[in-house]
Amino acid sequence: MPPFLFWFFALMTLGFGAGVIINRSPIGSALSLVLSFIGLSTLFLSLNAYFISVIQVLVYAGAVMVLFLFIIMLLDLRAEERRKINVVAFAGGAAVALALFVQVYRIIGALGAARQAFPPLRSGNTDDVRRVGLLLFANYNLPFQIVGVLVLVATIGVIVLSKRELR
Amino acid sequence: MDYFLIGTSLAKIAGLLAVVLGIMNYSVYAERRISALIQDRLGPNRVGPAGLLQPIADAFKFLLKEDFTPGHVNKFYYWLAPCLAMIPAIATLAVVPFGSTLFGVPMVIADINVGVLYVFAIASLGVYGIVLAGWSSNSKYPFLGGIRSSSQMISYELSLGLAVIPIFLVAGQLRLTSIVRFQIEHGWMIAPFIGDWTNIGKWLLAVPMLVSFLVFTIAIFAETNRLPFDLPEAETELVGGYHTEYGSMKFGLFFLGEYIAMITGSAIIVTLFLGGWHLPLPSWHGGFHWAVVNGSAPGWRGIIGGIFNIACFFAKVAALLFIFIWVRWSLPRFRYDQLMRLGWVFFFEIALVNIFVVAVIVAYISK
Amino acid sequence: MAVTVRRPKLNWSERLYLPAIAGGMAITMRHFKNMLLGRTKVTMQYPEERWDAHMPEYYRGAPALVKDASGRERCVACQLCEFICPPRAIRITAGELPSTDRFAKVEKYPYEFDIDMLRCIYCGMCEEVCPEQAIFLRKDYAITGFTRKEMVHDKEKLLEIGGVMHGLVLKWNEKK
Repeated sequence: MPPFLFWFFALMTLGFGAGVIINRSPIGSALSLVLSFIGLSTLFLSLNAYFISVIQVLVYAGAVMVLFLFIIMLLDLRAEERRKINVVAFAGGAAVALALFVQVYRIIGALGAARQAFPPLRSGNTDDVRRVGLLLFANYNLPFQIVGVLVLVATIGVIVLSKRELR
Repeated sequence: MDYFLIGTSLAKIAGLLAVVLGIMNYSVYAERRISALIQDRLGPNRVGPAGLLQPIADAFKFLLKEDFTPGHVNKFYYWLAPCLAMIPAIATLAVVPFGSTLFGVPMVIADINVGVLYVFAIASLGVYGIVLAGWSSNSKYPFLGGIRSSSQMISYELSLGLAVIPIFLVAGQLRLTSIVRFQIEHGWMIAPFIGDWTNIGKWLLAVPMLVSFLVFTIAIFAETNRLPFDLPEAETELVGGYHTEYGSMKFGLFFLGEYIAMITGSAIIVTLFLGGWHLPLPSWHGGFHWAVVNGSAPGWRGIIGGIFNIACFFAKVAALLFIFIWVRWSLPRFRYDQLMRLGWVFFFEIALVNIFVVAVIVAYISK
Repeated sequence: MAVTVRRPKLNWSERLYLPAIAGGMAITMRHFKNMLLGRTKVTMQYPEERWDAHMPEYYRGAPALVKDASGRERCVACQLCEFICPPRAIRITAGELPSTDRFAKVEKYPYEFDIDMLRCIYCGMCEEVCPEQAIFLRKDYAITGFTRKEMVHDKEKLLEIGGVMHGLVLKWNEKK
């Protein structure tokens, strides 16, 4: 991927990521998040990680965010748009964020590995879906099964809770 | 920079877009004409010979109408929504192999190794157009349409995704061109016994594949909001659904986006289940056998073969489009709770069981 | 009063819906096929095909003024039709016939005779009330125009539609 595309999509990811918290309307926030996800998935694409990139769009942008949007629209949140900006809280939040950023920057800068250039990535001609699958089902089979059971329990829990509320 | 790749890609994009937009226009005409014939009418037959210029007249009508924006809408999202309805449907076509090769260039725009998942990912973005249209209109009927549409699409995406897993199990590939090649070598997915008539395992496999095909097709109907599932725009209950407040070309984009989605859906069905661009022709050179026609032959025979494959692909798509239209004018609309029950309690389970059946057959019987 | 609608008990194949769906698709396919093969009768293709030849004698189309065999405008501007017209579509301005005229003893003639075809309801009252057999409802039914003005039939237009009518009572002839 040419560098200008990397910068474009990186800025898109960050810019719309900032848009999520800056935007006053919840719908605008949600859609910014979708665009941020799409930028992120494009960055994965530049690393030849097609599977992760597509799953990013499929799961987050295509399913999770649609549900979010669905809920936001149903609730019709207008209070956020009307609320006034508290200057002190805003400045405080910005200061904390800046402090965190400086901290991360200094620590990574102090790390020896971060100072040297990364070796160029090997071009991924292999089928990354196959490799993800092999890793999941061979090396990490047990955690995978546990996560599966966890999700199943969560699903049953959601059904039980929603059924109880109906009565 | 690989100028040859960029040049051919641009040519393919332009060509495919031209063909698909043409099919889109004429599928609107076909819809009107076939619906008329089914209802013992004649349909549009005035503009041009047999009404063949009707789509052009329709396009002019859309473009020349007053582009009206109601005062109570959320302007930005109101303008954004029609674009979002159209773009994902077209973008999906990027990975669909619509022919073998022509002049040695493979007839697919982007041959990525997660082709099917890309299709689902982009198709799942199509719901934003409808949801935003419903929400930004600031009006109750569009809103209900948008809500219905998002829940319907999420429900049927599950069946859609589960219904193709048997294909991955059989073909062992996600790349659409590889799936087509697999079907040429091992028989179409809908009829895996072709060419291997005595193999009982292949015959057994045909049953769950047929189920998978039916579930996938029905889910595509739901994804494209076609009639038995056109709850989002149910005009008898919701006026016009999510595009009630739209007019002129903005409505046109929704309207044509539905047809593009239909074409894309048909193209995916053809690629996954009906052998893509492949059509075996009988050949008598050295005894009877089925010959594979493709663009690899030298000289003009290769060019004719390549064009023949493209024609085959679009002929299959057109046949499926006819079925889409035929179903629309035969079946009544579902009630909303029936629709959700059908998706979650019926197709979801069938698709799930189907995966197990196919896995067992692939693992133990049809080696 | 609430009435409990008895729902029919569906058997296994009916609950599956698939046979019913296949049946419905077969019906529409049969209609489609019959249309393609030209076995279905369809409605008349109006501007090209017309029912004019089968129109009954008593058909009430556009009202029109007629001339008689001797070429006289039959209307004497008595304005009975104007009074009887339920939607008030008729406007008559009467004029006096010059003494040199062959039919000077009639005295009046319609200087202007307008029928607003946007208002006309084709009831035929004017024809019925006319003592002079001057106004008749003809068989013209495709009265169209691009403007309101075009839809008002003036005297020339009415006489053009009406034409010459033979076999009428000729009470203003000189002999009488």
